[in-house]
Amino acid sequence: MKIGLLHSLIRKEEKLLIEAFKKAGVEPIMIDDRKLIMDFHSAPDIDILVERSINHSRALHALRLFESAGVCCVNSHKVAQICGDKLLTTAALKDHGIAQPESRVAFTEESALAAIEELGYPVVLKPAVGSWGRLLSKINDRDAAETVLEHKTVLGSYHHSIFYIQQYIEKQGRDIRSFVVGDDCIAAIYRTSDHWITNTARGAQASKCEVTAEVAEISLAAAKAVGGGIVAVDLFESDDGLLVNEVNYTMEFRNSIDTTGVDIPQLVANYVIELVGALSR
Amino acid sequence: MGECPVCAAEVEVANDAISGELLVCEDCGAELELIKADPVELAEAPSAEEDWGQ
Repeated sequence: MKIGLLHSLIRKEEKLLIEAFKKAGVEPIMIDDRKLIMDFHSAPDIDILVERSINHSRALHALRLFESAGVCCVNSHKVAQICGDKLLTTAALKDHGIAQPESRVAFTEESALAAIEELGYPVVLKPAVGSWGRLLSKINDRDAAETVLEHKTVLGSYHHSIFYIQQYIEKQGRDIRSFVVGDDCIAAIYRTSDHWITNTARGAQASKCEVTAEVAEISLAAAKAVGGGIVAVDLFESDDGLLVNEVNYTMEFRNSIDTTGVDIPQLVANYVIELVGALSR
Repeated sequence: MGECPVCAAEVEVANDAISGELLVCEDCGAELELIKADPVELAEAPSAEEDWGQ
């Protein structure tokens, strides 16, 4: 069985995955995206590709080329494309009738301001493509809206000209991150912070969250909506129930193994190995 | 053992460390990338780019 692992830097997650594959009797074939050259026709000789690149752009394009060469990828290019773009994620969730915060998209400073006023303050302005909570702006009033929109217009790179505006959800200092592997919601954590941004990359504390029927149901539905596979789903607890905020396709889990008591990398490795078995049948 | 390219301190490299792995220099706190495991070659890890992470 030849399992390729696409990577750049080897973070703790990749190290744990390599160990998990070895424990299951498979030595993964390491494919460094910094050394990769693809020709649109062929790919390294592997049965499946597990995508673990730290760069979204490299992952997105490499997945397309591996699939084009006939290699099954986890996650697929479609999943990376949808999850890597908040606008596409929102559209996919909407298509599948999954509860999420209200949001608007606008393409100019003026229409973005009108959209913000329509949603009502506070709102959160997010880059359509971005992660680790970077460049998120909580906009509490019109003065702040005008300032941030002007800064984004004048100083932002081209993708900041797509204004993705989300209703601010009062989440009482925490959100939920759930982990989906195939058809199972295997674990979940609360991410708690004094700051309104609750990414663990920004210092939020992880604690165990029970995978209730409600958490599992909406997480699996969100995973299915973006194309399935191995994803982490960010959920807000609202007065109207759980809302899906984002879906992540190269999930980070180093803070969630001891916290949940679930061997996330081993479950991921086992899922990939089963998938290879199913592909060969 | 390898040498930190930032502060020249000795950096311990585990036997099972692999090329591309991230390490931290205990002396200066620099984030390092293991370029080669044998013989050990370390470089400063690339800084976070706009499309990094989840």
